[in-house]
Amino acid sequence: MIVRLLGEGQFEVDNGLIGQLNELDEEIGRAVEAGDERGLWDGLAALAEIVRENGRRLSDEELTPSDAVIPPEDLSLDEARELLADDGFIPDPVAT
Amino acid sequence: MSGLWSRFSLIFKAKASKALDRAENPNETLDYSYEQQLQQLQNVKRGIADVTTAKKRLELQYTSMQQQVDKLDGQARDALKANREDLAREALTRKAAVQAQLQDIMTQGQQLEAQQQKLIEGERTLSSKVEAFRTQKEVIKAQYSAAEAQVRISEAATGIGEHMQDVGLAIDRAKDKTQQMQARANAVEELSASGALDDFTSTGDDIDRQLQQISQSGQVDDELAKMKAELGPGGEAPKQLEGDAKEEEAPPS
Repeated sequence: MIVRLLGEGQFEVDNGLIGQLNELDEEIGRAVEAGDERGLWDGLAALAEIVRENGRRLSDEELTPSDAVIPPEDLSLDEARELLADDGFIPDPVAT
Repeated sequence: MSGLWSRFSLIFKAKASKALDRAENPNETLDYSYEQQLQQLQNVKRGIADVTTAKKRLELQYTSMQQQVDKLDGQARDALKANREDLAREALTRKAAVQAQLQDIMTQGQQLEAQQQKLIEGERTLSSKVEAFRTQKEVIKAQYSAAEAQVRISEAATGIGEHMQDVGLAIDRAKDKTQQMQARANAVEELSASGALDDFTSTGDDIDRQLQQISQSGQVDDELAKMKAELGPGGEAPKQLEGDAKEEEAPPS
């Protein structure tokens, strides 16, 4: 699976990590709902860390679209809500 | 996987495919994509230049804020010499507020510096990718059937489009941040440029609240005591006050 860390670049990560990433993703969703900015940042940082640690960075010559994108670690609660409010974008990218 | 990150990637994909829908056959799509990429690369470069300019402006503002800190300090000394401890206290209170803001803005400026580095890095990657696309598009034209080519182009163009959006988003965020800092710096400048003795209770903004907090915190008392000690006992004749210092004698409302 190809994951983009916004502002940083793309990484190829093992599909076996999806479960772990999903758990964090759900935690982030709960933090945003609870208005917990610290929790949002911690969650995003943790997501990015797993990808950096376990992923292979794509070279500049690889022109591949990402399967998932992780927002920047300093995303504000307002920005996060804006993204989450858009219920039209729910389909599951893992299926592609 | 329906959280933040999947949403981001889907937004990217939707945008990229919309752009590609405009062209019909693979060769057209290839050339159109490449042209678009070059154009967007220019936009990215302009965006980064804007951020750099805004940051420089902000740095000039640090300097002028520092000068205002010095000026308020001087006003406090003058007021003390004139035995106007109340005015000295106000000047020092403002000085502390401006200093606190200045420090905060400078910290944010350092964060902006780091973001700027990332932008430059992102632009460099983007240039490499556009160049790689140029090479690949010739290979695709020469070697693949129309259907295969369409798929490959779509992949590559989406990949590049995604990176464009990424850098574009980072530029927008950096610009927003710079503007917010600019607005804060302007507010502080207005406050301190108006001199220590104008009515600042009527503006009722954040800085006023901070002023109150700071004056309660004892920091001003400490500094006032220090200043008194430096100036020696039994303040000087009011004669020493001149120029704008005289205007300060109007009682604060």
